[in-house]
Amino acid sequence: MSIEAKIQEFSAIAANPAAQLKKFKDEGKKVVGVLPYYAPEELVYAAGMVPMGIWGSNDKTIVRAKEYCATFYCTIAQLALEMLLDGTMDQLDALITPTICDTLRPMSQNFRVAVGSKIPCIFLAHPQNRFADWGVEFCKDQYRSVLEKLAFLAGHDVTNKDILKAIKVYNASRAARREFVKLANEHCDVVNPIQRSAVLKASYFMLKDEYTEKLVALNEELKALPAANWKGTKVVTSGIICDNPKLLQIFIDNNIAIAADDVAHESRSFRFDAPENVEDGLLALAMQFSSMDYDILLYDKNSNQNRRAEDVVAKVKESGAQGLVLFMQQFCDPEEMEYPYLKKALDAANIPHIKLGVDQQMRDFGQAATAIEAFADVLSMQ
Amino acid sequence: MDIYTLGIDVGSTASKCIILKNGTEIVSKSLIDVGAGTSGPQRAISEVLDNCGLKREDMSYILATGYGRNSLLDLADKQMSELSCHARGAYFLFPDVHTVIDIGGQDVKVLHIENGAMVNFQMNDKCAAGTGRFLDVMARVLEVKVSDLAMLGAMSTKEVAISSTCTVFAESEVISQLSMGTNKCDIINGIHNSVASRVVGLAHRVGVVDRVVMTGGVAQNTGVVKALEKQLGHEISTSPLTQYNGALGAALFAYQRVIQDAK
Repeated sequence: MSIEAKIQEFSAIAANPAAQLKKFKDEGKKVVGVLPYYAPEELVYAAGMVPMGIWGSNDKTIVRAKEYCATFYCTIAQLALEMLLDGTMDQLDALITPTICDTLRPMSQNFRVAVGSKIPCIFLAHPQNRFADWGVEFCKDQYRSVLEKLAFLAGHDVTNKDILKAIKVYNASRAARREFVKLANEHCDVVNPIQRSAVLKASYFMLKDEYTEKLVALNEELKALPAANWKGTKVVTSGIICDNPKLLQIFIDNNIAIAADDVAHESRSFRFDAPENVEDGLLALAMQFSSMDYDILLYDKNSNQNRRAEDVVAKVKESGAQGLVLFMQQFCDPEEMEYPYLKKALDAANIPHIKLGVDQQMRDFGQAATAIEAFADVLSMQ
Repeated sequence: MDIYTLGIDVGSTASKCIILKNGTEIVSKSLIDVGAGTSGPQRAISEVLDNCGLKREDMSYILATGYGRNSLLDLADKQMSELSCHARGAYFLFPDVHTVIDIGGQDVKVLHIENGAMVNFQMNDKCAAGTGRFLDVMARVLEVKVSDLAMLGAMSTKEVAISSTCTVFAESEVISQLSMGTNKCDIINGIHNSVASRVVGLAHRVGVVDRVVMTGGVAQNTGVVKALEKQLGHEISTSPLTQYNGALGAALFAYQRVIQDAK
């Protein structure tokens, strides 16, 4: 199968999660919806069920979710609720609602009130104080609580062995995605921004072992190619989510490749592995969360050192990008509050950047097109 | 043989054209008060050609810019972002320019220029506050012409605060002020300050370096220009060609393209 055909497989899945949900249900599998961020999908997999990520929608319009949300509210959260209300996800067997995001924490209760009677909602409270032993222990307790509910749903016990196996599967998947990100940079003439996004997005709608097998095969093909002789410019993308093909088409139109990303939906979600040398599976997953870092949503006891922004700067330099494009989700308080720090670090490093206001209900990208086109002009003059 | 190039700026509220002779002399210009998605671009091109007695075939290169630039794929030789064109146009008019503030119908842009090249920029969020549209809405509520806002605002004797957060909220505030009997001139002055305060935040993100040039339709409103000067603490230069600045930049880039192609 050609590289293009392999990518097309991922693209088709990324574009139609509803078909994937139906396929899994037709196969007799139980499917658990997983909201952002950092839910231990490994536990769903270990229980023999299918985890499916829910990160809003680029096609839906918020109608019914307005009943439960204020006007100026994150569209990812609202559109997730919209799909739970309008029947799109009625086939889900349960929903995991993490709460590390300031918006999704209260929203977890809206989900429970709005759809709890038809879809069981599994509440997950990660600890912000995640470094100390008691933080790890709290996280493990939370994961145990989630596991108990999942085991009840699955109708059978989930053993420690099952969890350890799932950790291996997920670590392999994360490693494959990290490698793909590097290869997509090296071969940006073959993997364009829309395709890059689709390959990564498909991971949310596939069983990870199947996904990883296909991705490793794609990676092998990419590795065999000669390095790209890229004449355009390269950027790092940053933000919560950046998966709208119409928006990414503007990058293609202006010969801009994505060298790396600091996107929550993409690289931030597979940066850290769970340790495989820990015998207790729940503890290993809690330790993984404890090790997570460089994220707007995570407490940083050394935040006065601007470590996250410095990490993003390093990513731009290491990836060979000339600039950064920040996709600022409308009404995303954490991202908006962090921006001055990010800007300060980028300016200090002489890295040009632009901030694009986006939300998932955007249908007209004229302003974004103008900004990206002008940014390409700026970068070409560097 | 003389080289004629045509720049057209299809904005959200107006279509503007400039014809340049040999990249230095403006031989014709036109402005139609409707923009993208209307007959404006075609009419502006017809008018700019008629004004100087030239034909489409006489143009060595046509470059389109502005929000509606991609609607002219058949007519223009090339499309280019209006930010680059505004930078180029401002540099032509003011060779010592370092900061360009462009307030158009639906966008606010602040550009940092070094040696004529745009090296950094900021655009407004997807929000009408602080744009020309904001002034249009306010003028309608106040039952005055947009072109009279500057003159009326200059007669203000008392400060009235108008919100800069949102056009819809600000409109409600204006209606509320009117119902309380507040003088229209004072309200208009408050509106100018509101626009300026929105733009100042954006300008400081880029960094304000003299010479500061203001372009776009709103630059014709001396009330906004003065409010901006006061809040920025910098003198602002404007040109009678302010509305044509994007089209001028497009015509200059078109000339540059002709020269490059000839080499």
